[in-house]
Amino acid sequence: MFDLRSLYQQVIVDHSKAPRHFGVLTPCSHDADGHNPLCGDHLHVYLQVANDGQIVDASFEGEGCAISVASASMMTEAMIGHTVTEFEALFDRFQKMVTSPVDEALDDEAMGKLAVLGGVREFPSRIKCAILCWHTVKSAITAQGGVAHTE
Amino acid sequence: MKPLHDIRNDFPILQQQVYGKPLVYLDNAATTQKPQVVIDAVCDYYRNDNANVHRGVHALSERATAHYEQARDALVAFIHAGNRREIIFVRGATEAINLVAQSWGSTNVQAGDEILISAMEHHSNIVPWQWLCERTGAVLKVIPMDDSGALLMDAFDTLLSERTRLVGVVHQSNALGTINPVAEIIAKAHAVGAKVLLDGAQALAHVAVDVQALDVDFYVTSAHKMYGPTGVGMLYAKEALLDAMPPYQGGGDMIRTVTFERSEYNDLPYKFEAGTPNIAGGIGFGAAVRYVQSLGVENIAAHEQQLLEYATAQAQACGYIRLIGTAEHKASVLSFTVNGVHPHDLGTILDRDGVAIRAGHHCAMPVMQFFGVPATARASFAVYNTQQEVDVLFAAIEQAHAMFQ
Repeated sequence: MFDLRSLYQQVIVDHSKAPRHFGVLTPCSHDADGHNPLCGDHLHVYLQVANDGQIVDASFEGEGCAISVASASMMTEAMIGHTVTEFEALFDRFQKMVTSPVDEALDDEAMGKLAVLGGVREFPSRIKCAILCWHTVKSAITAQGGVAHTE
Repeated sequence: MKPLHDIRNDFPILQQQVYGKPLVYLDNAATTQKPQVVIDAVCDYYRNDNANVHRGVHALSERATAHYEQARDALVAFIHAGNRREIIFVRGATEAINLVAQSWGSTNVQAGDEILISAMEHHSNIVPWQWLCERTGAVLKVIPMDDSGALLMDAFDTLLSERTRLVGVVHQSNALGTINPVAEIIAKAHAVGAKVLLDGAQALAHVAVDVQALDVDFYVTSAHKMYGPTGVGMLYAKEALLDAMPPYQGGGDMIRTVTFERSEYNDLPYKFEAGTPNIAGGIGFGAAVRYVQSLGVENIAAHEQQLLEYATAQAQACGYIRLIGTAEHKASVLSFTVNGVHPHDLGTILDRDGVAIRAGHHCAMPVMQFFGVPATARASFAVYNTQQEVDVLFAAIEQAHAMFQ
């Protein structure tokens, strides 16, 4: 049986209690709202994207459960310094990780620090918590102004 | 009441383990578990009597009809309705409220009229009235509550006026546990000529209800929150009101004669029961009512009150738990937040200890907004819960709290 502590690993608890890159970002070229009305999770993401497509800086603010806050915190760390194209590839890998069948081996190396969030796939009702911030960034990049949902 | 051990044995689902731990089911305000007698009633119908009701001339249909109508009679006796014409079977409390808002509302509410609901309503007792107000130009007003989750009756007195057409109030709040002073509300509403709808989805398994003594106009409930099946519920309404109301849906069973020019409606209660009903559900509902009666609502309430007081004392002793809903009159619901632990994380962590609670807004978002929380954790008790289960709950909460320290 899956150990609960594999989901609530210390790194996730740490990020949820002290989220990195938390707050409003100025200047900011892209931003979007993410809302999960069923949970009450609500966040706003900010990106500063340079002309060459590099994500120079990113931040988020809002409230949610430990999984959603930790995921957003770790996501900002993972994306800063990378291009929008690289983020989109990471988005796909992240989505695949948290929605893959439980018996399928995870490629922890490819995911880097984000691999700790792989445990969420054991908890179907919590996958949307982990992925909300990712959808929100995607909506900030692709369709300005819309509110991201995971439902 | 029979011993708790025997009551637990009436519920086969409680005998299981979850993640290797004994199931501690404390999500009864969402839905209660079903005793063997209810499961048997549903199965027996499908195994032995399955047929459509009210129309067959064969043995199966007559048996099915008899059992289905016996369930209606059980409800008449249970809530002390005047007669069986006042009990309408519906899908649940939600459909019952929609029925009243559409049927009664369309002929009794006009622009400038007011509908009064309370600050602790479930979405199902908000949205149908919002729609009615949008359709008619009536105004929706809200009775506020205090920090304990008790209605402010002074404010109710001020809001109530000759313009009030209907007061729709929850009998027992699903999010807070508050039991509202419904007798006083009904008397005051009637004094200004307003009708009263009570949402009894939570209350009926915990509070003895006598609709005639209360003089309530509409009382609604769902079977599945009182040990019955999902997908079936009840609208009680005074016969004179039902007589004057237009049908809610058109179809089979609700008509007497149909030509292409016009239709003549059936008598009560069938006028409001278009289409083949949830026959198995209705029969199961009847079995649930008889089961509750066999234990005694007062006995159930006394047992749950002991559990609630025991749990409340433990929560207050914790230091890191905030109780949401501390009204003087409340029952069976412990809604709370744990410092440093989001309710959804708490729900997941408790689940792995076999403890089933609800984490969320409980379909009462305005209540969450009032208390300034996105969600709460909610443990809710039923007749089969034990003090030992409350101990397991608080041990699991302590563990979750420690994880986030």
